[in-house]
Amino acid sequence: MAITYEPIATTTLSTATASVSFSSIPQTYTDLLIIGQLGQSASNNSVRYRYNSDSGTNYSYIYMKGVGSGVGSGTEANATSGYITETSGDGGLNCIFKCNILNYTNTTTYKTLITRSGRASELVDLVVSMWRNTSAITSITIAQGASFPTNNLISGSTFTLYGIKAA
Amino acid sequence: MLAGNTAFSPSSYESIATVTVGSGGTSSISFTSIPATYSHLQVRCMARSSRSANAGYGVMSYNSDTGNNYSYHSLYAQGTAVAGDNASNVFYQTLIYFPAASRAASIFGIGVVDILDYANTNKYKTVRVVDGYDSNGSGELAAQSGSWRNTNAITSITFTEYNGNNFVEYSHFALYGIKGA
Repeated sequence: MAITYEPIATTTLSTATASVSFSSIPQTYTDLLIIGQLGQSASNNSVRYRYNSDSGTNYSYIYMKGVGSGVGSGTEANATSGYITETSGDGGLNCIFKCNILNYTNTTTYKTLITRSGRASELVDLVVSMWRNTSAITSITIAQGASFPTNNLISGSTFTLYGIKAA
Repeated sequence: MLAGNTAFSPSSYESIATVTVGSGGTSSISFTSIPATYSHLQVRCMARSSRSANAGYGVMSYNSDTGNNYSYHSLYAQGTAVAGDNASNVFYQTLIYFPAASRAASIFGIGVVDILDYANTNKYKTVRVVDGYDSNGSGELAAQSGSWRNTNAITSITFTEYNGNNFVEYSHFALYGIKGA
């Protein structure tokens, strides 16, 4: 049986870095999966993505989260980057996430991802984010904050991109 | 993956079957004759409903059982509102949110469905689902669990558009098997 779930690339930061990119993504899989553990050096902030270096107002998202004993949700439209999760600024690698990007090579539909994430002792989060573009995804950049970047990803942050291949 | 560890490459995750909906759409899709050789199943789906509304729903059933032998719990968000939902003694297990005809044509919803210990014949079958769609500032998403009160091994899975509409062209359902050691 052919391998259907395999790592494409891994990046682990040895120093604080503004962003992480996966480029020249093979077009041979059906779905992509990013698994990450990260932190940032400043106050709470979002973890964002852009596809194919597109910095236009073509991204949006909806999220819901539990923080302590409370729940909340929110949306953003016409953003210049999409949303994966959020981190705290305590300097630790306390945020983990698993992000599914389905049918990333199709050229008919907009691209949607779904992320489950958690931050130790602080938060659990579910996010759906869309890129209003029908192009195949060939690169993914991840950075902190709406200013892309607002803060650096801290040393030790790690990201692995997987490909999943359907029959 | 934790920092410093090697990326995990699961050789035990295999593609079983894929259905891509063609022109004209379809009201349901099925995976049949599912091998009992895995420990767990996962369905990864991207779909859209033809319903004349903002949203449609995909519902799951097993082994052609259309009796009221299912139940589910859901934590969901619609815009800035979060709520819970549940149903008992229904004919489907979970409601997967998909965008429908009132949403822009290129918007499709996605879902990841995990069915654990599906071949076990000693316990009811439980599923967990994360799903949703975004529509540029609105949309819906959910984390769900569901139960099928039957101890039979799951040999087939059917996804049906809840309101009797269609899953539209380009909707895509992929079934995977995950082996245990």
